[in-house]
This record gives sequence, C-alpha cells and structure tokens, in this order.
Amino acid sequence: MTTVLKASGLTVERSDGASIIEDVSLSLERGEVMGIVGESGSGKSTLALALLAYARHGVRIAGGAVRVADTDMLELDPASLRKARREVVAYVAQDPGAALNPMLTLGTLLTEGLAGGKAEKVTRAREILRKVGLPDDEAFLQRRPRQLSGGQQQRIAIAMAVIAQPKLIILDEPTTGLDVSTRAKVLDLIRQLCISDNLTAIYVSHDLAVIANVADHVTVMYGGQVVEQGPMQEILATPRHPYTRALLDAVPSLQARQALRPIRGRVPAVGEAPDGCIFSDRCDYAVEACNTRPALRLVGGTQVRCVRPELGETFGVRPQAVGHSDGQVANSSAVLQANGVNAFYGYRQILFDVSLKVEPGRCLAVVGESGSGKSTLSRCLIGLHGNVTGEFRLDGKPLPLTVGQRDQYARQRLQYIFQNPNASLNPRRTIGASLAAALANRPEADSRPGAVIAEALERVGISPDLGTRYPAELSGGQRQRVAIARALVANPAVLLCDEVTSSLDVSVQASVIELLRSLLADGLGMLFVTHDLAVVRNIADTVAVLSAGRVVEQGEAHKVLGTPSHPYTQSLLANTLQLPTEAADLDMPVIAPRQSAAGSR
Amino acid sequence: MTVENQSDNATIGVFSRLQPLLARVSQGAMTLLAVSLLIFLAARALPGDVANMILGQSATQEQLDLLRTQLGLDQPLWWQYLVWLGGILRGDWGTSLSNGQPVADLLALGVRNSATLSGVALAIMLPLSLLVGVIAAQFRDGFVDKVFLGMSMVANAVPDFVTGTVLVALFATTVLHVLPAVSFIPPGDSPFSYPDALVLPATTVIIPGVMYLARLVRVAVIDVMATEYIQTAELKGLSPSRILFRHALPNAVAPIIPAASLVAAFTVGGVVVVEYLFAYPGVGSALVDAVTNRDLPVIQANVLVIASAYFIFNLIADSLAQRDETAGQRPSKT
Repeated sequence: MTTVLKASGLTVERSDGASIIEDVSLSLERGEVMGIVGESGSGKSTLALALLAYARHGVRIAGGAVRVADTDMLELDPASLRKARREVVAYVAQDPGAALNPMLTLGTLLTEGLAGGKAEKVTRAREILRKVGLPDDEAFLQRRPRQLSGGQQQRIAIAMAVIAQPKLIILDEPTTGLDVSTRAKVLDLIRQLCISDNLTAIYVSHDLAVIANVADHVTVMYGGQVVEQGPMQEILATPRHPYTRALLDAVPSLQARQALRPIRGRVPAVGEAPDGCIFSDRCDYAVEACNTRPALRLVGGTQVRCVRPELGETFGVRPQAVGHSDGQVANSSAVLQANGVNAFYGYRQILFDVSLKVEPGRCLAVVGESGSGKSTLSRCLIGLHGNVTGEFRLDGKPLPLTVGQRDQYARQRLQYIFQNPNASLNPRRTIGASLAAALANRPEADSRPGAVIAEALERVGISPDLGTRYPAELSGGQRQRVAIARALVANPAVLLCDEVTSSLDVSVQASVIELLRSLLADGLGMLFVTHDLAVVRNIADTVAVLSAGRVVEQGEAHKVLGTPSHPYTQSLLANTLQLPTEAADLDMPVIAPRQSAAGSR
Repeated sequence: MTVENQSDNATIGVFSRLQPLLARVSQGAMTLLAVSLLIFLAARALPGDVANMILGQSATQEQLDLLRTQLGLDQPLWWQYLVWLGGILRGDWGTSLSNGQPVADLLALGVRNSATLSGVALAIMLPLSLLVGVIAAQFRDGFVDKVFLGMSMVANAVPDFVTGTVLVALFATTVLHVLPAVSFIPPGDSPFSYPDALVLPATTVIIPGVMYLARLVRVAVIDVMATEYIQTAELKGLSPSRILFRHALPNAVAPIIPAASLVAAFTVGGVVVVEYLFAYPGVGSALVDAVTNRDLPVIQANVLVIASAYFIFNLIADSLAQRDETAGQRPSKT
C-alpha cells in the first residue's frame, strides 16, 4: 500500500482572517475512497478545492501541506501546479450543467488537457467514453454539453476527470442534482471506476446514505473542523460524535416511518463559531468540559473531537419507528379529487388518464423520476397548466381546470409550495410582507393581519421577530418554512408540495418533514411530489407511482413500498440509497456497498 | 441512459430558424414602408415653399404655378407619395431640385463615403472594444480598470459634436496642427485616397462606441470568469491564455454581439452629426444641405437610406440574439 494523499494541518481563511476550515488532516492509501460529509457551510467543498491548491475569490490557503503522490501541491509554481492539476489530481463539480463549458464540444472538453497528437487524443476520448457508458462515435464527440441529459453530463464530467489517469480524483457532490435512478447509475459508475482503475477518490456529500454506499473511510466535517474520522463501517456502527449521530438520525429510512430528529439551530457562519467545542451550542450532550475546544483523539478505530467519546456506546438504538398515521383507516371523504386528467405540452401528451384523491389529514405522495410528469400533475391541480382535460373536484364540488376560472375560495383552499424557496420568495420583500401579500386575498383576516402572520410563522417554528428579515438573511431550511407559512396564511385545505425537500440538506430535510407531518396531524390534506422513496416512507399515507405520464401503481404507502408489484416501482425502490447497516438489519433491497458490487459484476 | 434523437430536432431547427427570419424581414419591409410615408410627410411639412426657394423672391405667380405643375406639387399629397414610391421601386429616385442632377448619382457618392467612414470606424471600434474590455476585466477594480470606467463615463455623457470639437482643437487647430479640421474629399474620389481626412471623423465615432461596448465586454468577461466552467477549466490545469481565449471569450462575446450590432446601427445614424461637423461629404452632410435647400427628393432619399441601414443592423442584432437563444439549448427534457 502506498499513500496517495497526505494532507496535514490544512487551514483556509477568508481575507479578514476568519478560518473556513481549520487544521484538517487526511490520509488515503491507494485504491481507497474517503467520504467527506457535513451540512452546507461545514467547509467540505472548501476542503475539496484546497486539496487541489485552489481557493475561491477572497479566500486563501493559510497553512498546512497537501501531498498527492510525490507532489507537494501547495509548494508549486503556477506552471507546475497546472501540470499537477492536469496529471496528478482531478476534480468533478456538483452541477455538470454549470461546470461544462457550453460553447465547447465534448471532444474538446475531454482532450484539451492531454498531451499528444490529435489522433491519439481522439482514441483516448473514445476509450474513456466507452468506459463511462456513453456513445463513442464522432457525432457524439461533436456534441455540446447542453445537448445531453443531466446524467450524461455528469458522466462526461467524470470522464474528463479520469481521462488523464490522475492519482487522485475529488468528487464534490457529484450526484446531488440527479434523480434517484440516474444517481444510482452514476454512483455505480464511480464504484466501477474505483475498482477497475484502482482509483483513489475523495467523495464529498451532505448525505451519509450516499457516502456509506461508496466510501471505505469517512471524515465528518462541522464548522470547518473534522469532528470524526475513521473507517466507514466503524463510524456507522458506533458513531462517537453527537454530530455524526445527529446526521445519521436525519437520514430517512425506507423501511419504517421514524421520528426524524432534525439538528436544532444552524451551522455557525464563518467566524461565528462558539469558543469551546464547535458543536456545543447544538449538542444535547454538552457538559461543562465542552467550553474548551477538544482536540481530535483516537478512540477505538476512529478520531473523534469530543470530550465524551464514550457516548457512542450510550446513544442507544436507532430512532423509534412512529406509526402515528401509518396504516390509519382511509377517510372516505376526499377533499381534492382528480379524475381522468390528460395534460399536454403542445401536441405532446404528458399525462394520461390520471386519477387520484387527497384526503384530509393524509398525505398522497406522487412518485416518479424527472420527466415522469409529476410536476406537471401538481401544476395541473393548482390550475397553472392550461392545456389539460379531465375533472377536478374540491370538497365534492366541481373545480374549474385553470386558476383563472376558480373563485377566491377555491384558490385559498389549494396552496402550492415550490421546490426552491430561494426562487419562490420575493428577495426584495421581507418575510412579513410576503406573508401579508398572501393574506390580502383573505378579507375576513384583515382585522388582525399581524396576528395571523405571527401565528403562521410560529406554526412553522420561525420566530415572528424574523418577519422583518429578507429571505437572503435566512438559511435554506428557514426559507422553506417561510414558504410553508405563506401557504398556511391562506387557511388552506390542501397543500401541494412540489419536491419541497429535494434542494435541502438531509438534516434540514428532516426538520421540514417533521413540520409537514405535524400539519397533517392538524387535518390538512397534502399532495407530496418527490423522487425520493425514503421521504415518501416517512410522510405519505398513500402513494401514486407515475411513469411516463401514467399512474402505474397506487395504494397505501406501506403496501406499495413493502410489496411493490410494478417493475418500475421495484426499480425505484432498488435505486433508493440507504444506510447499509439498516438494510442488513431489516433485509430489504438496497444498493450493495462497494465490495459486493464488485462481486456481482 | 438513452441518447436523445437528434434528427428530429435538426429538421425542426431549420424551419424554426428560417421562419422567424422571414417573418422579421417582411415585418421590416412594412416598417420601411411606414418610415417612407413618415419621411415623405415630414419633408412636405418643412416650412418654406419649394418653388419660391428655387425661383427666388422676384418670381411671378405664373412662373411659380408653372414650376409647381412641372414638379407635380399641385397634385394631391397621396398621389405625390405614390409617384415617389413607385419611382424608387423602379430605381428612379427623382432629380435634385437644387442642381437638377439625378438623386441616385448624388446618393451613390454619399453612400460610398459614409459607408467607408462607418466601415473604418466599426472595423477599429469592435476589436478595440474587445481588447479594452478584456484588459479592464483582467485588472478588475485595479487602477487601469478605474481609469477606464471614469473615462467611459465622461465619453458617454458628452455628445458626439463636443468630442469632435475637442479633437479638432487638439489635433487640427489649437494645440497641434497635424490633421485637417475639415475633411475635404473631391466628389468622385475615394476617401481612402485622403486617409488623413478620415482620421478625425472616424475617431469621433470610435471613442463613444468603444467606451460603451468595452463596458459591456468588461462585465460579460467578469461574469464568465466567475462561472463554474471557468473554475473547472482552472482545476483542469489549463493555461491562462487558453482559459481566456477558448473558454471565456466565446461565452463572453455571445451576449455582446447583439449589442455590437445595435452600436453599429447607431453609428450609421450618428454619422450625420459627425459628417456635418467635419464637412465630410457623405449621406449626413448631403442631408443637412438638402434640408437647407428644401431639396425634397434628396432629403427623402437620404433619410430612407439611413433608416434602411439602421433597420438592417437591427435585423442582424435580432437574428443574432435569436440564434443565441436557440443555439445549444437543451433538447426536450426526458
């Protein structure tokens, strides 16, 4: 075994001296995959870039050393550094749509860093395209990134990174933007490359379930510090740091509806970390000793930055399954009903004869991949898609197909929550003003608008004091809560939630799911559009599986997910990532961890 | 993972690209028709009687009436318009009222001189804007950048004729005496035979153009340099020059091209003032002379030429913007 990566004491600072990552050390042997996990703002991407001796504008690498193979990355002159980035260490960015230059052909993108003649380069490009499972003909090499699907783009980005056979490859959330089955395929590809080329890789993600499926080692980052580091299996079995435990608890399980435990508070901003242990202000186990910052120390097989590493033994069993509305008898009176819905884009039919009903206090999950028509369906229900036929009923009364024809009452009864709260909240309006705008359509609430708004904010766990803030001053999770509060202000009967958790970190997702569950308990009906079956398991009472615009399977959630009858549902289930330990416990379908994937190939 | 079918897109692509172009050309033809009517009416609305101007104060009423009949000025306006329009469509632009020459001949001289001036100005302006913009972007927030931004603010705020006058004072009359203050080019000679006569008028056009376009280039380059694909290119270890020329510039130029075509259109229109200032014998100065003389056919012809040039550059700008929108767009989402 040879050491491929040795980083020590790596510190990255902002120009004002506040550190973004502090004293990070990593070491990787040849052929190993290290996962780096943490919430947004934990410094994991900064770390990934620092390993390539790269710092974003206004940020500098203040100290430490990075040694990849025999190259001291931080000691190189610009020309040697470029050579090292071409040959020794490669990088794959999160969003291939943004990371691939739209003006250049795939052939140019793949080969531009290579030395050698044109013919040789083209041969290499074809080889690598075959390897990543893409066509290798001349026409394909002449295409540009935007002519590819998201999954194909990410394959190109990976091909671009491995074509020069680097010693180390750094993947920064490479599957985060992809839907479940594409994600499974790209992860498969990464695993396969790791095995066939004996690649050494760093894999950055906020999702422990993803990391657990590719990595043999894991580094847990929080507030720019390593809080736990060690072998994957060891950390999954006995997480010793409360933060690692919290991250594990936030991952929704496919097997049972669990009490998801969100992590209270938020990741400290750069320069705002508490003096003592950096996690102490959010930690349920903090004691007096946590007021001085603990050093990393070896406990069992892992490095832990906690004064109470023995906690690992006392965290106890996994979160309790909660069956609060699981299997609850169906309420006969549907609040929202759709019968025989067909929807079109131009002459192309998107939805075929879709029928469904939403009941009060229960959640219907609409599940499918990108392009299955699930977002079109929710847009039809809210009345934003004009080209639609079929019948809608609200409270048993006919509901016009488009929002323009609906009366004020119907509009209030149905409320829509968008996927991306950054885009759905007006950035130039305060939170309070955004909510007040929704109130304007409720004349009866005019007498006490302030009280109604405060009530709605309280309901979603946001202090009404934040009403004077702008969306940009809130975290992603808070913004999504505000978007939900805006829907609640209208006093709705049904919430239409379009992928409301898919742009959020796993830990933040947990808190939003908990909130939505409590709203269900209040008697709201809910339609929840998603591609993530683990989320479905944790919120839905009934499920409609949508494939190519048709409902292929529909029924009670535990039945559909427990004994899926349609092959499409089965494949969706198989592609949903789980923490491997749970899967072993419960003997359910799961993406096999890396070692066994090699065996099955 | 399936490969999307491209052939469908290609066939649809040809039609969907040609159709809007044809639509825009016919729409443009309608616009020019409307413009011609406006020009005609505006020219007729100029104060002063044409016959009076030609014959002078001493002319008798009979002489005036006779001339009016000869010129067709006694016909109803709509008829005069149709006669004029019909003439243009047949290639007959009429004759000048002041010197009796065919308007087409005068126009040909003016168009050649003006086209030369605008062409020279644009040929220098466009690459220079790119260069200045890229340099300003590279030294973003540095001394060079701040000087450029300050200068561009001044240059854009000052009208062309002031810029021109200052240049004349600097290089022709007051400070230095290296260039002619008036661009005398004998009728029929090519402006290229008198390069020193071109320098000041061209510079007067170039300065505000460069100062405006280079600002756009600067912002576009700064935006592109902040994208993830430039970061990726840096992380791939590419050389700074390859990153700038192959990765950044093609993306930065795309949004500039429509703006550049619009600047070209403005340049053609703005040449009127500059030509007048330097007495440069082009469409612009011909127009000013014709207005002074109430030479209706010449006025109409010159304005129509300027309007058409403006229209053509606008058409180019629109088509380029359209191409940018359609090019490289994701095919259907699957």
